[in-house]
Amino acid sequence: MAKIIVVTSGKGGVGKTTSAAAIATGLALRGNKTVVIDFDVGLRNLDLIMGCERRVVYDLINVIQGEAGLNQALIRDKRTENLHILPASQTRDKEALTPEGVEKVLETLSQEYDFIVCDSPAGIEHGAQLAMYFADEAIVVTNPEVSSVRDSDRILGLLASKTRRAERSEPPVKEHLLITRYDPNRVTSGDMLTLDDVREILAINLVGLIPESEAVLRASNQGVPVVHDMDSDAGQAYADTVSRLLGEDVPLRFHEYQKKGLLSRMFGGGRR
Amino acid sequence: MKLLEFLKRERKKSASVAKERLQIIVAHQRGQRDQPDYMPMLEKELLEVIRRYVQVDQDAINISLDRDNDCSVLELNVTLPRDE
Repeated sequence: MAKIIVVTSGKGGVGKTTSAAAIATGLALRGNKTVVIDFDVGLRNLDLIMGCERRVVYDLINVIQGEAGLNQALIRDKRTENLHILPASQTRDKEALTPEGVEKVLETLSQEYDFIVCDSPAGIEHGAQLAMYFADEAIVVTNPEVSSVRDSDRILGLLASKTRRAERSEPPVKEHLLITRYDPNRVTSGDMLTLDDVREILAINLVGLIPESEAVLRASNQGVPVVHDMDSDAGQAYADTVSRLLGEDVPLRFHEYQKKGLLSRMFGGGRR
Repeated sequence: MKLLEFLKRERKKSASVAKERLQIIVAHQRGQRDQPDYMPMLEKELLEVIRRYVQVDQDAINISLDRDNDCSVLELNVTLPRDE
């Protein structure tokens, strides 16, 4: 039986797809059979971030509507073993995504994989609710910024009431906080919410902290999930996040202000 | 003089303002989390009925639903204006 993890946030642009791609890749690199599913019907982007956009033939909705088999729609990742991508449809309307259809797909995948990562669309509508409905665990991606934190709290409310686990009175969806785009310099100067502020307000367990990093844009430009860039801070931070998801106790990194030395100030900070 | 005041004024860090605002809005959001969907409508209509008899402000009415194991209590608080 696979563990189903939804990557969600409410607010758009906080790094859901970047995180879903990095975490799914990280899980696969650690030897877990993993599939990552794009639930953003009409605005798919996971294929771009994973670098497989030119290999998309069939998608999730084709599978649900019986126009293609699951194995025809699944794309094997070229870089990472044990990793598959199930893209979203770019054209169909969102209503084609039915709860029964999604349940069937997840059940079938569940037989073969260890982890199913669901990349949720932004918002709290149909697609977002379906992405979280069958989840065992949820990663709530949050920027240290007011609108993102508020939306994350809304999502936590939905996770507690609008999921299968909630409706069946089963043990609740396990919630993890993932803070992204954290800038320790701005935190130190008092212009960004601290890690502890966000934790205190949302009151859920922190699974990872990803610093604001040039490596993220570089990774998406190239279509290579940032976790492959293990020289970068963001790559290492995602690898740590994956370890914590797997139950390991890893100390937090990249949350403290690094004072730049004279040399790096003169010659630039080098690669981040 | 103005400049001196400006310089003397301790600038509140924006992050702490953000935190205070969030704590309030999140607490409010959580209060509404478990309430049934009809509550805002009920509140609005109750206010309309009350207003037919007494002029009260929008924020003079406070309605909440508390649930115990086997019963729910609907609590309605209306602050009436003092008689002139």
